[in-house]
Amino acid sequence: MAMTALVGISLGVIAAALMVVGFGPDLLAWINERRRRAGERKLARIAARGHYVPDPGRELRAERKAEQLLLGVIGPEAFEAYRALGFLPVYGPPDADGRPSYGYLIYPHRPLVSFDARSRALLSEYCVAFPDRSEPAHGERLPDADDVLAKWMALRGDERGLIAAANMHLPGRQLDPDQVRRDLSRLGEWSAEALTTAGPAPSFGVAT
Amino acid sequence: MKLVRMKSGYGDVLLAEGDVDVAEDEERLVEEFRRQLDLGLWAAVPTATPGGRREAVMVRSFSDVPRDADRVIFFPPAAGG
Repeated sequence: MAMTALVGISLGVIAAALMVVGFGPDLLAWINERRRRAGERKLARIAARGHYVPDPGRELRAERKAEQLLLGVIGPEAFEAYRALGFLPVYGPPDADGRPSYGYLIYPHRPLVSFDARSRALLSEYCVAFPDRSEPAHGERLPDADDVLAKWMALRGDERGLIAAANMHLPGRQLDPDQVRRDLSRLGEWSAEALTTAGPAPSFGVAT
Repeated sequence: MKLVRMKSGYGDVLLAEGDVDVAEDEERLVEEFRRQLDLGLWAAVPTATPGGRREAVMVRSFSDVPRDADRVIFFPPAAGG
């Protein structure tokens, strides 16, 4: 019995040795090639990112330029709201009574938040981004005002398409719900103030 | 009409400008429009209602762009964050 086991082990050792001799060089070459390719990919990724060095001056100029575009598109009233509040409200189409039932808060580089326009209850968070991969040297991040404008145009022009592209979550996934509720209160106060000082209520792109 | 594109590190950049009623200009605008869409960008045309309300229209073809539009804005496509 012991002899049989010894023969079996010996045959196994011999077979393994033959395999190492026969396939070992090819196996080693394959492993080395995979390592080399993985290293090249890693270097390429580092090189692509490595040139991106944030330049505060350039980014500030880009932001100012983006703000001018945003102002030109959404108009001075809504732009003033964005500057004052740090986010831009957009409302859905009006119901039979002429008032919208829901709206969104657009934050720069943060999720969209939908809310019930009557109760101010938060409805959902929509995580969506517009990464610009055209020039790795400048990073993928659009200026804040461009990000807000992209969301605004996509919501106004193709709300369903944008929402379909986004990842939907319950409120609180990325944004503090209490902070968003405070923002909605600030929006209400700001709108009331604008109403008393400027006459007509701010429209913020309410669909008609 | 101006074709502009949002770009990281720049703000918006002017891609092409011309009069759509001039054949050569229109051809150039159409060519640039197609090039940007081929790159995968989204295109929107800002509009305003007679009452002054600001809106935007997403366009997928140059023929969708209103002839009197001041500008078409290209921006990267949305991705789930």
